[in-house]
Amino acid sequence: MKRRYRSRRSGKFFSRFFTYLFLIILSILIIYPLLITAESAFNASSLAAFTLDPQIQWTLDNFKQLFSETLYLTWFKNTMTIAVWTMIIQVVIVTLAGYTYSRYRFRGRKYGLVFFLIIQMVPTMAALIAFFVLGLLINGLDQYWYLVMVYVGGGIPMNTWLMKGYFDTIPRDLDESARIDGAGHLRILCQINLPLAMPMIAVQALWAFMGPFGDFLMAAFLMRTPEHLTVAVGLQQFISNPTSQNVSLFAAGSFLVSVPIVILFFFLQRFFQSGLTAGGTKG
Amino acid sequence: MKNQKNRKSVRKAGLLSIIPGLGQIYNGQMIKGILFLLVTVAFVAEFVTIGLPAFLGFVTLGTVPIRDHSLFLMVQGTLQIIITFIFLVILLFSVSDARRVAGLWNTGKSVNLSPVSMLRNAWEKGFPYLLTIPAYTFMIFVIVFPVLVTLFMAFTNYDFYHIPPVKLIDWVGFQNFFNMIFLSSYRATFFSVLGWTIIWTILATTCQIALGIITAVVANQKFIVGRRIFRTIFLLPWAVPAFVTIMSFSNIFNDSIGAINQQVLGLINYIPYLHFQGIPWKTDPFWTKTALIMIQTWLGFPYIFVMVTGVLQSIPDDLYEAAEIDGANFIQKFNQITLPMIMFATAPVFITQYTFNFNNFSIIYLFNSGGPGDIGGGAGSTDILISWIYKLTTGTSPQYALASAVTMVISIIVIGASLIAFKKTHSFSNEEMM
Repeated sequence: MKRRYRSRRSGKFFSRFFTYLFLIILSILIIYPLLITAESAFNASSLAAFTLDPQIQWTLDNFKQLFSETLYLTWFKNTMTIAVWTMIIQVVIVTLAGYTYSRYRFRGRKYGLVFFLIIQMVPTMAALIAFFVLGLLINGLDQYWYLVMVYVGGGIPMNTWLMKGYFDTIPRDLDESARIDGAGHLRILCQINLPLAMPMIAVQALWAFMGPFGDFLMAAFLMRTPEHLTVAVGLQQFISNPTSQNVSLFAAGSFLVSVPIVILFFFLQRFFQSGLTAGGTKG
Repeated sequence: MKNQKNRKSVRKAGLLSIIPGLGQIYNGQMIKGILFLLVTVAFVAEFVTIGLPAFLGFVTLGTVPIRDHSLFLMVQGTLQIIITFIFLVILLFSVSDARRVAGLWNTGKSVNLSPVSMLRNAWEKGFPYLLTIPAYTFMIFVIVFPVLVTLFMAFTNYDFYHIPPVKLIDWVGFQNFFNMIFLSSYRATFFSVLGWTIIWTILATTCQIALGIITAVVANQKFIVGRRIFRTIFLLPWAVPAFVTIMSFSNIFNDSIGAINQQVLGLINYIPYLHFQGIPWKTDPFWTKTALIMIQTWLGFPYIFVMVTGVLQSIPDDLYEAAEIDGANFIQKFNQITLPMIMFATAPVFITQYTFNFNNFSIIYLFNSGGPGDIGGGAGSTDILISWIYKLTTGTSPQYALASAVTMVISIIVIGASLIAFKKTHSFSNEEMM
């Protein structure tokens, strides 16, 4: 009896020991590469972007150079413009469509849902070459509006499904009683359902906003002149060309774009998760 | 008597509506009928003046270089196909509407005749359509239309030899697909790229899902001090934009001066019996592939971790307590309770992860540009299909038609796989479709 008790205790000790070991090793694996880039943003040595430098020569020169000698600010402004427009257009469209498919029963609804489902499976990549060729034809290449259109179009199907899933979780009793009280379509939508769906709308807005900051493919594909690039494509130019490579500038630029996004991410993460589980698990 | 007088033939109404509007007028709904008629007239006018030439041009793709721009003709033709399709939908709607209203007459129900009541009815019934019009407009012009153009392009000979308007583009049937599979130079590339794409998708996604589940299960134990801190750290790879981390990793894995070879391997070599020389991460295909899978695992596991943590927290404790009373050990509890619950709730998300990695362009392109080396056909040894397409389209000698054909193959694979998987996991079986 005594032996058994002891073995259970040591088993518990081991399981706790390995739990912490696992968590700590994983944490190190995550922090280590991020630290390398963050540190080299402030380090005078240009080799620092490759390894974790134990002797940092603190400097802000990388940032100064980034603002004065490169187009970083322009890129940032471009990305902001594109992101804000994408966010506004996409959120409005997706909210309206998701609400409709959740609340209304109308002729053609089933076909519509199937259409969304199939379109959602078509990867945006399937249209990649056509985007390029159409851009050539209608002068859309290198234009912000064209990129915004592409982002919005690609985001609609999947996010409409998620939005519909979220509206499905909002009880319908409120709609019914408002309708009995004589409220019209618009009142029910604006005064009852939109406020209740705010968490999901916030998530959608964040996703739509972060999309252009994270996307590389479309921007690289459709934007041409250096002044029109987004941050992602611009930063890549710092390290892509072996002869004019400047990893310190890259690190500084990456640091600057990542910090606000990371803060935004953790700030809205609570919404994030509720939006994901409500929409995601229900399909 | 009154009923008799107002009797309308459902059949007649439907037949008349083959010209949208006539059926409505027959039913006595003048304004609705005139609106439909106007749409019809507009379409017919458009079809005669623009539509027919567009279809003709679409078939020939031009006959005289410089004067005829084959691409324009193809795009116009595609647009005309969509317009015609939309009109056909309107026509079907008109027929069914005329038949329905005729039915209303016959059963003696009230029919909206006055403009005001009709407007109110349109607002009441048309509201859902109104709200979805923007979504459909975008999907048709930004997805359906370009996808159709890509599809058609796959059946042409559009490449750097045939750049309009100097040269014409011609229909070549299945030539591109044939070349891809049978022509020796492209066949080798296609199957090699396809093979690696599949291996990459399966390995990278499975690794990230496995690590996500393991981390969620381990980090969700109640005794852990500082759970919140660990959770925050584990979310970092998701929070930091992927292109930043991928490019950082590209530096860190540098063969000669990167941190992995300089610092990490040095540390590992302290472990007895292990000894690594500098690993050729960027110059040896095998090691590049290994690095890519490790990086994607790093990048992708937090998403799974968050999803699974949500599921774990929703599993009631008494389930585990009951299992403990029955004498279940940790592994049994995991296999019988935890895993099925996770799979039930998040299987659709897992599927989207697989399709995401199948088309994960960023990591392949940003880490090592699909390199090292060249395996012919313009592809590097770690290129997946999507990055090969990128190179085929943006390279110095673009192969648009071949790229389109490859795109179609990818799309069919992805759509097919997701359809099967969604069906298997019954993700939408609880979805109320009707």
